[in-house]
Amino acid sequence: MAERSLLLDIRDLQVQFRVYEGLSRVLDGVCLQVREAERVGLAGETGCGKTVTMKAAMGILKSPPAQFPTGEVVLAGKDVLKMSPSEILAMKGKTIAMIFQDPLSSLNPVFTVGQQMFDVIRYGHRRASGGRHPTRAKTKQTAIAALESVRLPDPERTLKMYPLELSGGMRQRALIAMALVNRPRLLVADEPGTALDVTIQAQILELLKALVRDAGIAVLIITHDLGVIREIAERVYIMYAGQVVETGPAAAILDAPQHPYAEGLVASVPRLTGEVLAHGIPGTIPDYTETPSGCRFHPRCDHRMDVCVQRKPLPVETSPGRHVSCHLFNGETRR
Amino acid sequence: MSEPILAVENLSKHFPLRSGLLHRVSGYVKAVDDVTFTVHPGEILGLVGESGSGKSTVAKTIVHLYGATSGRVRFKGRDVSQLDRQTARWYRREVQMVFQDPKSSLNPRRSVSSTLEDPLIIYRLARSRREREVIVRTLLQQVEMSSRYMYKHPSALSGGQRQRVAIARALAVNPSFLVLDEPTSALDVSVQAKLIGLFIRLQEELGLSYLFITHNLSLVRTIATRAAVMYVGKLYELGTVEHLFRYPVHPYTRTLIAAAPVITQAEERVKPTMMSKEGEIPSPVNPPSGCAFHPRCSGAHSRCSEDLPPVVEVAPGHLVRCWRAEELVDPSEGTETRVNSLVS
Repeated sequence: MAERSLLLDIRDLQVQFRVYEGLSRVLDGVCLQVREAERVGLAGETGCGKTVTMKAAMGILKSPPAQFPTGEVVLAGKDVLKMSPSEILAMKGKTIAMIFQDPLSSLNPVFTVGQQMFDVIRYGHRRASGGRHPTRAKTKQTAIAALESVRLPDPERTLKMYPLELSGGMRQRALIAMALVNRPRLLVADEPGTALDVTIQAQILELLKALVRDAGIAVLIITHDLGVIREIAERVYIMYAGQVVETGPAAAILDAPQHPYAEGLVASVPRLTGEVLAHGIPGTIPDYTETPSGCRFHPRCDHRMDVCVQRKPLPVETSPGRHVSCHLFNGETRR
Repeated sequence: MSEPILAVENLSKHFPLRSGLLHRVSGYVKAVDDVTFTVHPGEILGLVGESGSGKSTVAKTIVHLYGATSGRVRFKGRDVSQLDRQTARWYRREVQMVFQDPKSSLNPRRSVSSTLEDPLIIYRLARSRREREVIVRTLLQQVEMSSRYMYKHPSALSGGQRQRVAIARALAVNPSFLVLDEPTSALDVSVQAKLIGLFIRLQEELGLSYLFITHNLSLVRTIATRAAVMYVGKLYELGTVEHLFRYPVHPYTRTLIAAAPVITQAEERVKPTMMSKEGEIPSPVNPPSGCAFHPRCSGAHSRCSEDLPPVVEVAPGHLVRCWRAEELVDPSEGTETRVNSLVS
């Protein structure tokens, strides 16, 4: 595979929140890259910082409570953290688009699907053509083509419907159509299909994969469901307590995770083959105002060493393209 | 085989739909329609299906949160479809339920200890306050929780801990049967794994039987002894998990297993061929005629849309409701190859 150019490059991102209890160090040195037309997954459990990472990447992190983030978030050559609000607005929908977990709450219930789609199309057209409005017929034509591409039956009628009149699967399709209509270069999907039933979710993931592949759009999928990662992502980042613990090819990591947390997480997923389930990971996620020193996972880790308490592990390349942030893999102490 | 601890016979629950000025009954939602199954002592029966399939309604009808429209429920040989005062008291001690969301099933204003003491008071299981406190400590120990949480309120607990309290509350009256309605769906996988370990341990130690309701196929495969598949109010397939997952017969069961998100190559290999076209789950208000899956089934005959298929036993204890059951099953040749040729 030829090396594709970098589209999103997050380097050493630190985000803190000012909370009642003090300073909550939510993200601690997150690095994440998405190349052109690449499908990347960001996985972790509730509260691991996936959504904060995503919001920082899109420039929509609210400050306060977020303290001024440090590090770099370079999207298509520009640092999002240094952008003005109008630059961020210009970037949205054009370079980057989003779909959310619950399609009902991201569509406006009092406007028809068509009205909402037309807005998106007109906005994109104005941006692309220096302020000129597209014709009404052209807008409608684009909308119908977009709905057809997500295989919604009877697009003409769907345009006239309100979000409540659509089923969950159809809403998610409409949302995907809306996100892709202005040809963004990066699609960020937060828990896509998680609110849907498995047979419908399988259809949506299949569709999403085909669409981005055909259009050459890069995808960053954020989810707690490792099955979704396996289905759609080429590469995956596993996060724990605001740090990336392991990254590399999705299939390789899910088949044989190396970081003790990733290992515990993967072993906790029930298998269709019916193996006896591991007993989860002892303990709970730390309080971000008093994060453990060194490796944030050390209080819950079976392989804890002295060095884990003292120093934060740096990513070590264990095989090409695969990095593990764990002292177990630091040369002299390799197990 | 031993006598079943729970026998559900032709159970139906129809909710009336009312409309118009006079609020007349204009139709029925057949949430559960003619469902029959048994659970044997020490068994975990997994009930799977997608949203709207009626699996939660089955659970709620069994524990009498809903009254059944027709059909019978028998528990330990006694008919519990109609409860008189005495039977009700006995039945409610024997059968307890754990719900999906512990945040809404626990009273936010009451401490863990006061929540757990309630059943002890109602059923007079302790003579004194001192004794109640001892029992509460034991209950917390049973669900692997430290007694320092005794005087905490649900808001101070994590999701996993809240669910443990809900389980402890169910165990307080020494039941022999638990109805678990998606007890781990709201939790992270590492927490879910711990709770599943707890469920299995409790089942072995206390000799419990479970009706385990979930939409997670892999979870059913892991925890259950037998599994039942529901779709739009009806049961379409039932069998031991080993047989059902290895030789699924009904096209819906195949589709459901094939659509399950998995994480390893080995799991991918055990998946059957999907037998559905794109489409949505039909509404139980106006379900399709005949076999409810026929509009989405890639192997449907004209007959499938006309009449409801009968239940046939394709292997010992493996029941299927499908017109093409005989063709679709052929373990001697290997189900997979046979079905592939039929689909293509």
